[in-house]
Parts: sequence; structure tokens; C-alpha cells
Amino acid sequence: MTDVIINLQDAYVSYNGSAALDGVSLQVHAGESIVLRGPNGAGKTTLLTAIHGLTPLLAGSIRAFGLAPAGRTLLEVRRRIGYVAQAQGFDPRMPITVRESVMTGVYGRLGWRRRVSLPVQAAVNATLDRLGLQALDSRPLGHLSGGEQRRVMIARALVQEPEVLLLDEPTASLDDHTRADICSVIDELNRERGLTVLWVTHDLDSLPASCMRVIRMQRGRITTDAAPDGEAASGRRP
Amino acid sequence: MVSLMQYEYLQNAVMAGFFGGALCGVVGVFLVTMQASFLGICIAHAAFAGALFGLLLDFNPMAGAILFSLGAAAVIGPLSDRGAFSPDTSIGILFSVMLGIAFLIMGIMPGGRPEALSLFWGAILTVSRQDIFVLAGILALLVLLLLLFFRQIHVVACHRAIAAAAGIPASLYFYGMLSATGVAIAVSLPSIGGLLVYSLVINPAAAAYQLTYNFKLLLLLAAGFGVASCWLGLFLSFVFNAPAGAVIILSSALLFMIACLLSPKRKPSLWRNRSKTTFPQ
Repeated sequence: MTDVIINLQDAYVSYNGSAALDGVSLQVHAGESIVLRGPNGAGKTTLLTAIHGLTPLLAGSIRAFGLAPAGRTLLEVRRRIGYVAQAQGFDPRMPITVRESVMTGVYGRLGWRRRVSLPVQAAVNATLDRLGLQALDSRPLGHLSGGEQRRVMIARALVQEPEVLLLDEPTASLDDHTRADICSVIDELNRERGLTVLWVTHDLDSLPASCMRVIRMQRGRITTDAAPDGEAASGRRP
Repeated sequence: MVSLMQYEYLQNAVMAGFFGGALCGVVGVFLVTMQASFLGICIAHAAFAGALFGLLLDFNPMAGAILFSLGAAAVIGPLSDRGAFSPDTSIGILFSVMLGIAFLIMGIMPGGRPEALSLFWGAILTVSRQDIFVLAGILALLVLLLLLFFRQIHVVACHRAIAAAAGIPASLYFYGMLSATGVAIAVSLPSIGGLLVYSLVINPAAAAYQLTYNFKLLLLLAAGFGVASCWLGLFLSFVFNAPAGAVIILSSALLFMIACLLSPKRKPSLWRNRSKTTFPQ
């Protein structure tokens, strides 16, 4: 088995006295593609935000690459983990274009001193192409449809060149064609680059082809953690 | 008007209008883009209370204004971040406290009311060379910081959560932008006045926001509108023999209305009628 790169031990998070994560322990290995499922309020999003250091733990511990996603190591963890939050609307008058939004993913690792080099520009162009955004690159972000904005956020996370990708319902409310396309891009990255992926999905009838584990959550706890059954995860890696 | 320019006080007013207008316009872009205009009101009133505090204790009012506005910026950020109250509530409470302090000091100030009122309304025609140097210095510093950190400031202003997700120290930049706003408001206080400076921060930036999606152009337009508001206001105040500070603010509001009429952003058909794109096959 490959190295454990994310390790949660008895993680506990509470919102106003109600447990969102209730003693969750989880090990994620490098190169795994894991789907998180469960009803609303099960703690799936909280699990992702806790790994990304957006939600502090009340008890227990989280280590990503051996680092705590808090304090001095928070930024390093965030630079190595790409996070795509649930669908969010953007103000149509906001002064930021699609390309500028995608470039945000690069700024974190470049810092404020290093310029955007030609190879980085080329990588951004390739990602825009891969996600079908090249034609939209000079459009204001807020002018795009919900599905297009979702693709921009995924592109932004990918140009970060993360080792782990956290996706919170990346295909929710998208049409079947766009959903399949997004899944195939992520599956490809998992296969080719060994990108570790944690997907939160409500989509009950299909799993990404790369899916190796399906974790079901309920009331802040992991109820099952198993390989997907053959019917649901056709085409997955052995 | 050209012959009037031989008077030093008018030269000073024009220079103060240039540096103060540009400074307020630029920091206004931060607030308008972050949709945090109310925060500007709060910082302006904190600066006003701080300046009065300086007058009361007999030290430089501008130092007091900077101290209080930085303090307000330092309190507002964490208060709204912790989420115990909504940002609007925490800013509203701080705003009322600052207003209370300002009026309390005005009430107990022995014989200092004319100076206090001058801080309230502003006195661009009596601004000193020293005040102008301070305005120019702070503007130069702000421009330098913008050049160094432009891309981070841009993404934090547009979407702080996304910037944070990408590993940018978004809170640091956010607090830095609030502090820059605080200092800009504080140093503009003697010329524009505690009651009016907020409008000069918001109106030019809001006018520029109507006209462009380009963040660089937005900053330049806001600075230009800030300067234009000050100069137009000065000119009209001479023509109509009216208080300069009030006419400057009305000029900035006029520019905002004109920008709204010309705004391409107010023609939704332009952005709704977009072409659909799909993945490359």
C-alpha cells in the first residue's frame, strides 16, 4: 500500500453544539480516488473543509503530508491541496476574468515575488483548453453559467498542481454531458499523474470511473468504507 | 480661475484635491469590490473620533485619526471573521461606538469646537503644505504596495475565500487593505472632513465600478474620478460661493450618476446573451 498522505484521528467538529464530525478517523493513500456519500448534514463538506484547514477541529487531529492544516503550516497544506467548494454564484459585475480567476491557483505557490513564467502560462493555457474554457478566458467570471463557473473553479484548482484534489459536489446540477466530461478529466489526472481525489457527491446512479473507495457518512460518522461494487464503478482501476 | 491660482491657499487646495482624491478613489476600490462599503463609514467615523481625541489631549489630530482608524480596521476584521456576529452587526456596533466617542469629545472639549467642526466638515482651502506632503507620501506608498502585491490584492478583493483556498494569505491581505483604507481616510480628514470623506472614498470607486471589468483600469478610473470630484467641486464652490467639502461630495455623486447612465454593466442583455461553450471533443 502507498503512503498515507492524509490522516484523520478521532476528528471532532461541532456547529452550535451539534456534531458535524463525530470522531472521524480516516487514512487517505497517495493516488487514491475516494467518493464520499451521505445525506445532507452527514458531515461530508465539513470533512473536506477540515482537511483544507477551513474548519478547525474541536478534538482529534488531522495531518496532511505530515503537516497540520493550521498555524504556520496552513498555507503549505493549502498550496498542496486543491479545493473546489460547492457551487457558488459570482457577482456579474465583479472585475475579474476567467483567466484571472484560473491564475489565482498559480499565485499561491508563486508568492508575491516570482513572476508568472512562460511554462506556467503554457500550463494555464493547457488547463483552460482541457476544460473547454479557452474561448471564454477574457470573459468576466460572473457572466458565465453555473456549469462554466464550476469548470473555472476546477481549472483554478488544477493549475495549482495539487497533490490532492478535494471536490465538493463538482457535478451537481450539471447536464449529463458536462458531468461526464468533468469526471473524465479528473479520472484522467488520477490515472496519469496519480492525483489523489476526494469527491463529495449526491449522485446515486454513477461513480467516477477512477473510484477505488466509497465512504458513506451519516450524522458526522463514517458508517461504511469499502470498495465500490462492480456495477456502480465500471471502468475503475483494479 | 487661472489668475486665482497665484494664491498659495488655492494651489494647496488643488494639490490636496489631487493627492487626496486619488488616494480615496484607490482605497474605495477595495471597499466597493469587497462589497464592504459600510466598513468605510465605520473607519471614517473612527478616524474622526481619533482626530478629536488628539485635539482633546493636545496632540496631532492626524496621528489620533490614524491610530483610531487602524484600531477600527484591526477590530472589524477579526470580529467579522469569527462569525459570532454578522459583519454588518459588528461594523454597526463599532460605528455607533465611534460616533458616540466623537460626540462625547465634542461635548466636553473646552473651547475647541471651531477646530472640531473644521475636522467634521473639512477645510480644503486651509490645508497646509505639510498635510499635502503627508497625502502625497501615503499615496506613493499605496501605489508602491499595489505594484508589489497587485495580483494578490486583486483576487482577495474579488473573492477572499478562493484566494485562501489557493494558499494565498488572504486574511493578511484583507487586513492590509483595511489598514490602508484607515490610513487613507485619516490623512484625508483635514481637507475633506470626517462627515464627507466616506463619500469621497465610495462615490468615485462606485462610479468606476460601473464602467469596467478590468481591475487595473478600475483603480485608475477611481483615482481619476476622485481627483475630478475634488477639482470640479473646488471650481463650483468658487463659482457659487458654496462650502468646498460639500460641493466636492456632490460632484462625486454627479460623476457616479453619469457613470450609471453610461454603464455597460447595466445592460444585462450584453452578458446574458453569451455563447454556450462545451468541452473540446
